[in-house]
Amino acid sequence: MPLIKCENVSIGYEGQTVVKDLNFIIEKGDYLCVVGENGSGKSTLIKSLLGLKSVEEGRIAFGDGLRQNEIGYLPQQNDTQKDFPASVYEVVLSGRLNSRGIRPFYTSQDKKEALDKMSLLGIRDLERQCFRDLSGGQKQRVLLARALCATKSLLLLDEPVTGLDPIVTGEFYQLIRRINRDSGIAVVMVSHDIESAVADATHILHLQETALFFGTTEDYRNSQIGRKFLGGAHDGNDL
Amino acid sequence: MMEMIFEMLSYPFMVRAFTVGALVALCSALLGVSLVLKRYSMIGDGLSHVGFGALAIAASLNMAPLAAAIPVVIAAAVLLLRIRGNSRIKGDAAIALISTSSLAIGVMVISMTTGMNTDVYNYMFGSILAMSEEDVLLSVVMAVIVLVLFVFFYHKIFAITFDETFAQATGVKADLYNTLIAVLTAVTIVLGMRMMGALLISSLIIFPALTSMRVCKTFRSVIINSAVISVVCLAAGITVSYVWATPAGASVVMANITALLIYSLIGLIRNKGK
Repeated sequence: MPLIKCENVSIGYEGQTVVKDLNFIIEKGDYLCVVGENGSGKSTLIKSLLGLKSVEEGRIAFGDGLRQNEIGYLPQQNDTQKDFPASVYEVVLSGRLNSRGIRPFYTSQDKKEALDKMSLLGIRDLERQCFRDLSGGQKQRVLLARALCATKSLLLLDEPVTGLDPIVTGEFYQLIRRINRDSGIAVVMVSHDIESAVADATHILHLQETALFFGTTEDYRNSQIGRKFLGGAHDGNDL
Repeated sequence: MMEMIFEMLSYPFMVRAFTVGALVALCSALLGVSLVLKRYSMIGDGLSHVGFGALAIAASLNMAPLAAAIPVVIAAAVLLLRIRGNSRIKGDAAIALISTSSLAIGVMVISMTTGMNTDVYNYMFGSILAMSEEDVLLSVVMAVIVLVLFVFFYHKIFAITFDETFAQATGVKADLYNTLIAVLTAVTIVLGMRMMGALLISSLIIFPALTSMRVCKTFRSVIINSAVISVVCLAAGITVSYVWATPAGASVVMANITALLIYSLIGLIRNKGK
């Protein structure tokens, strides 16, 4: 049973369909990159995977022990967080909220989990730092630690390297690769960065209202659409 | 000094003012941190104007002021949150629209019935004498509710305030908690506005949060500091108001301004030290 199975999914806003007839699956340990131009339905798809937006047709099925509220989500950063007074520890710990349910307080197990994830990502020493004082790369690590606290099997990353400099971006991709490989956690990443996507991912989903392509990265490279898009990306960079 | 305090507290109206004031200050500080961080500061201001309109209409119809105002302001709070979510009129414009409209309606109603008199002045700028036994009871009940809910849902409130989308994705019913915060804010504002004044009550929501954010670096310390600052400033303001016969609301705001300046200075010195 795959972690996520999308069957003939259509999603839209007020009668206007944004994504239609979408079919794909995510298996344990997969690294899926979702690529496509702006307005191709990537954000909408993310919302539906997270259960924030219901699908109009078809269904998104979760399996292999994954529940919808156990997706480790790394959102795009929002404005509020720029001057938010919270310690790194408080932010990471909030990832454990989905294991709490109605119970109001964290257990020592939750706290240990949070500290473990921070060690894993090399931010243990930032524990007492204020989130707003961190650099862009550090902030992303903190939010990644929070996402890891929320999941055992699937990370969902929404344009995670936006605004990071090239070196930090490289380190971040490396971190994701390591988590994917070592812990067997499946990764779904929405990205503009098509070249890194192709370099790291095992599978590609190319969205343009519907799935123009879904399959392994190898097949994508050899497909017509893949060659065109990859070539297009090169042209774009040359300008 | 001690003599003055004892004298002050020998008046039942002063004890009532302190009790209601401290409880309202405590609740508004707790709710305020979340509201300020979520960029909802002006909702407090908008709601107090709606409260003014509702009180004016209630007075002209000889209704119990709180019983009439609380439901109206709660409705306005929920409406403002909805508008903020999705609407063609942007949030800040919507708040300005609603608050000036209610102010205008309130003033019209008063001028057609009782005329502009001391009552209006008191509603606008607050009065230390305004608290009744009923208000004391209501504010105690409300404060207990706010405190219990706040402690119980503390971690969820943090998650929603910090990152609503993530919180929703991990199964927290953000809409529910947002509505809860709005409703509690509405009740707090209505209770506090006759003492603080419709024009000044929102300071209780905004000042303590901003003040503690100058210095504090964790959410928990911001919450605790806000609560303490808010209650201390309220007590200081009311004492000033009693001793020099200044308007209660304005005196409390002056105390809050002082606290903000002191904390800003501490924050500045700390940052320089690094």
